[in-house]
Amino acid sequence: MATATQLQEPRSLQDPSNFAPVIDLNELSVEFGGRPILKGLRGELRGRAIGLLGPNGAGKTTLIHTLLGFHPPSSGTAHIFGKDILTDAKQIRALIGYMPERDSFIAKTSAVQLVRLMAELSGLPPEAALERAHEALFYVGLGEARYRGLETYSLGMKQLAKLAQAIVHGPKLIFLDEPTNGLDPPARARMIRLIREIRDSGQANIVLSSHLLRDVEECCEEILILKDGRIAVYCNLEEERKANRKFLVLETRGDQNKFAAAVADLGCEYALTGDHRVKIVLPQGIEVRDLYRIAANQKMQIRRLTYKRDSLEDIFLKAMENGHGSL
Amino acid sequence: MAVYEHNYRNYSGPLTPEWGRFLIIPRHAFRDVFKSKLFTAFFAICFIPLLVEAVLIYLHHNVNALAIMKVNVRELLPIDASFFQTFVNLQNGFAFFVALLVGPPLVSRDLRNNALPLYLCRPFSRAEYVAGKMSVLLVLLSAITWVPQLLLFLFQSYLQGARWFVDNLWIASAIFIGSVVWILLLALLTQAISALVKWRVIASGALLGLFFIPSVFAEVVNVIFRTRWAHIISLSALMKNISAGLFGTFERTTTFVTDFDDVVVKGVVLTEPPLWASWTALFIVCAICLALLSRKVKAYEVVK
Repeated sequence: MATATQLQEPRSLQDPSNFAPVIDLNELSVEFGGRPILKGLRGELRGRAIGLLGPNGAGKTTLIHTLLGFHPPSSGTAHIFGKDILTDAKQIRALIGYMPERDSFIAKTSAVQLVRLMAELSGLPPEAALERAHEALFYVGLGEARYRGLETYSLGMKQLAKLAQAIVHGPKLIFLDEPTNGLDPPARARMIRLIREIRDSGQANIVLSSHLLRDVEECCEEILILKDGRIAVYCNLEEERKANRKFLVLETRGDQNKFAAAVADLGCEYALTGDHRVKIVLPQGIEVRDLYRIAANQKMQIRRLTYKRDSLEDIFLKAMENGHGSL
Repeated sequence: MAVYEHNYRNYSGPLTPEWGRFLIIPRHAFRDVFKSKLFTAFFAICFIPLLVEAVLIYLHHNVNALAIMKVNVRELLPIDASFFQTFVNLQNGFAFFVALLVGPPLVSRDLRNNALPLYLCRPFSRAEYVAGKMSVLLVLLSAITWVPQLLLFLFQSYLQGARWFVDNLWIASAIFIGSVVWILLLALLTQAISALVKWRVIASGALLGLFFIPSVFAEVVNVIFRTRWAHIISLSALMKNISAGLFGTFERTTTFVTDFDDVVVKGVVLTEPPLWASWTALFIVCAICLALLSRKVKAYEVVK
């Protein structure tokens, strides 16, 4: 939901590379008990919404915690909006909102009390904190339930309350750690909509850590994939999709292997993906009618033919196979 | 981000000064603490001895009132160091129970509900968090210990005259230091236990145990080994000695060993640990508490 002012922004301002990096990783390493968790991360993250992806144990949450100053780096450092996480931790945290992965609450408080307290701790005067607490809870859709004790909230409502406390002080950067965890489809859709709205408001950058590729795909412009504590991929999702080759997915009936061998003789790359499906990348000079001709010769049926580009899942799986930490 | 607009916007208004943000925690905590009618009633009861103290001071200086009550001024307690020491000790006892009721859940609740990341992801340090949580107790306990005691000291000075005030200024310092040391010890101990034990009942039990078990053990050791040095491990005995030292009533020689017929046989003198040893022991306890708090008050526990 882009605002009018955004639409009028000059093109140079819309290009993220023209901005100072939101997060600048400078050989950032973190060890726990001598065990390396993050290994010399390096790069500049500039996107308005950055998806942090990786398998379990890749270091996504550790990276967020380190940027928040919860864990000291063993070597290297990072800058957020140009401020060093080692020396300017407090100033950085004034600019950040954080939605933790696990349930995090203060016992025996209502949502409005919790969110107000968090706003005050971020430096807002009591009156402004109370006002914004109400606004934040209305914004996330908990307006009618804001006086209820947090213990009585459902999982989805708790996630929304966590989002409200993360945004109540109007941070410039919001870390969302698995925000859709445990949500049913309608609650997930609402959470995704809110994240996209915040992103599109242009008032805050978002770092979204998730193991759900669909969430990242729906919310993020850029992705950072971590593997074994290293950066496997950092790319602009849209550009990466465009750069990826178009390929065909064919649903066939008949002897797939013979068909695939004939396609390969034409110079096409192919992959049998099971369920009578074959992925084919057409080289220059080869057209779809050639595939139909081969199928006719092989007495194969082509029941469906669709053009596709690499999905985030493909990018992710490729990164898991051969990513080795370069930007 | 007005309610009717339903969109996200940054905050650009004024900010509160950083140095005072730890006081936000007690402000919010008091609302919860005084929700309990039982606690509010108990807290009110804590002021009754102070009222009695005020009445006694007043009677000392009001001949008409004494005449009406047909009380001789000599029958009243003299207003001196031991008068104030008695009431300070009484109030310190009340302070212990207030700490027992309020202290244990302060940190343990946050740990149990994983609330520390919410505090510490803001421009709010671990030290400020601990200071905030401790100030909940410090404010409550101050309200029933040194603050009213000093007011009563001023009341007595007002009635007795400036000369008395100047001559007995050291009593005011004894009231202040004795009470502050005690409430600091209580606040640190309750916070440390609260950070270690996540369940309120167990934390309260642990605090009680920490005062009573070493005291009982110390007495057993004292009896067996015919000494008083075991008081060094008893927090209540330590504080008793320190308080006595501050009010000038400390005596190292406390007991003679007697036989069954109440006759002194050997004349063995049992001496309390010297005051410097009591202060040292107290500092060590406080240092351990701070170390525990520094270890436990973290956004996330790292499993190494």
